[in-house]
Amino acid sequence: MSRPELIAPPEIYYGDVEATKYTNNTRIQQIQADMTYRALELLNLPPDEPAFLLDIGCGSGLSGEILDEEGYTWVGVDVAPSMLEVALEREVEGDLFLQDIGQGFGFRPGSFDGAISISVLQWLLNAETSHPTSSPPHRLTRFFTTLHSALRNPSRAILQFYPTSDDQIQLITSIAQKAGFGGGVVVDYPNSKKARKVFLCLFVGGGGSQVPKGLDGEEVEAGEDQAKFESRREKSGKRGKDGKRKSIKDRDWILRKKELYRQRGKESIPRDSKYTGRKRKTVF
Amino acid sequence: MVRLITHNLLACHAKNCTSNNFPLQFKDIEIELREAEFNPDFIRGFLPKLEWKALIDAAKQLGDTSLPSEQPEMIDDEFLKNLHHVLLEIHIEEGAMICPNCQHVYPISNGIPNMLLAEHEIG
Repeated sequence: MSRPELIAPPEIYYGDVEATKYTNNTRIQQIQADMTYRALELLNLPPDEPAFLLDIGCGSGLSGEILDEEGYTWVGVDVAPSMLEVALEREVEGDLFLQDIGQGFGFRPGSFDGAISISVLQWLLNAETSHPTSSPPHRLTRFFTTLHSALRNPSRAILQFYPTSDDQIQLITSIAQKAGFGGGVVVDYPNSKKARKVFLCLFVGGGGSQVPKGLDGEEVEAGEDQAKFESRREKSGKRGKDGKRKSIKDRDWILRKKELYRQRGKESIPRDSKYTGRKRKTVF
Repeated sequence: MVRLITHNLLACHAKNCTSNNFPLQFKDIEIELREAEFNPDFIRGFLPKLEWKALIDAAKQLGDTSLPSEQPEMIDDEFLKNLHHVLLEIHIEEGAMICPNCQHVYPISNGIPNMLLAEHEIG
């Protein structure tokens, strides 16, 4: 799995090129959409009640678009200006903010009915400078405490992220707990390498609500709209119909090379004859 | 796309700026009106979250005086429509927001406010 968070900080990694690439990639779109629907499901909002949500790390608005479709009013924050520019071009409905979530939010207490975040938290786990406010624990603490106060009581925050180790999950959950959140980690498809997804389910004043169960069992079969892996094309070409490899260096190739060397003035090039490039007898 | 609905929730989050940091004051703003879908249930549900005085002051600054200066007891359709217009249809495109306490300036460009803090301002 690629780890862009180890390459550069998000506002630099997601420059103009990477932001467009990210948004136009249908595979990323599909994964983001699936995770957003799953996060909304875990958010467990009361039906038929319009909610006001916070999308943390909204990026180019891939998840925001789904929130629009579902009829939610939302506010998105992201630290990468290029991503927000793409979001503006895509005309999403939510209000966008250029904000570093590690610096904390300035929203008044009880502002939001819930928060979602898709593939973001791992970006908080790297220190960019040696300043004390840049250390991951400090940034996480700031993020979780201000998020906790910005949420209504009771409500939930669902944060999907890609941890590299159990230590990271431990660090994140312990800081979230200190900030006052209840809840825990939900792992979908724990036995699949590809479909495994980690969701941090945080409750504000949950009052004994249970952490939802992760999805289990087989990964959903790839639908017809998704491309399936095909091995057919790789096979053809290398081998002929009889199953033997076709030689690349046939007579034509040898003649062409010899002509080339002659043109370049290389010495002692054997002359062309009927024996040039002739197949040898098989010798046991 | 700062709308008054989010402006009404936004306080300054710089270090040691904990009192009198709401609401942020607008400066040199350009606004744009864009129609949005009217959802009376949402507006009604959002009413208790609003800081009414801050909303009225901000709306006046933007040149909209359709709302009463006191939050009315009776909620009728026209009131909700006016509130919907003020909250969701006025977009602030350019300008700045200034914290009344620490005078920190949050510039707005292209409809996106820049809420980033310098290293020494992080709490």
